Amino acid sequence: MALTKADLAEALYNELGLNKREAKEFVELFFEKIRASLSAGESVKLSGFGNFDLRNKNPRPGRNPKTGEEIPISARRVVTFRASHKLKERVEENAQSKSEDFNNQAELNAGSR
Amino acid sequence: MTKSELIEKLSASQPQLDDRDVELAVKELLEQMSSALAGGDRIEVRGFGSFSLHYRPPRMGRNPKTGAAVEVPDKHVPHFKPGKELRERVNNL
Repeated sequence: MALTKADLAEALYNELGLNKREAKEFVELFFEKIRASLSAGESVKLSGFGNFDLRNKNPRPGRNPKTGEEIPISARRVVTFRASHKLKERVEENAQSKSEDFNNQAELNAGSR
Repeated sequence: MTKSELIEKLSASQPQLDDRDVELAVKELLEQMSSALAGGDRIEVRGFGSFSLHYRPPRMGRNPKTGAAVEVPDKHVPHFKPGKELRERVNNL
């Protein structure tokens, strides 16, 4: 199941005792402050989680993949996210323990046959 | 903008909350998001974007110092796809 704003508000209600309206408003505001900073051209660095950076892209020729028609892609500014080392490590460790579980389970299954 | 600046901005616009609570709330949100990704779940926030994991297959790498070949195991890396509102606002400058 994907984590949503409703889940995040629920966590603030359960873990910190914000009331439901405050929790919902806080979650909205949290993402809005990040959007506002990026919209103003300022990157966002959340230590332990990751950085949201801005990149300027040059115009380039593109193509409609369905029709093959050529359409120019204009110059634009885009947001990129770089996960922190801490977050990357947490994701990798977990995936590793999952594949170990999978292998252990496969051995058990083989043994029972 | 850093995490502490984000906390300051949120405190300024939520004067009914203690500064300490705002700090805890920001940490709680980031912890919820990190643990969702660590547990293999996606994050979907309308108007902001979604976070998911991308699979990187195993590959042969090289120790740049010694030139020795090393096996790099497969892994998952966090990926962010900006949502429509964020994309449009960032590009409207």
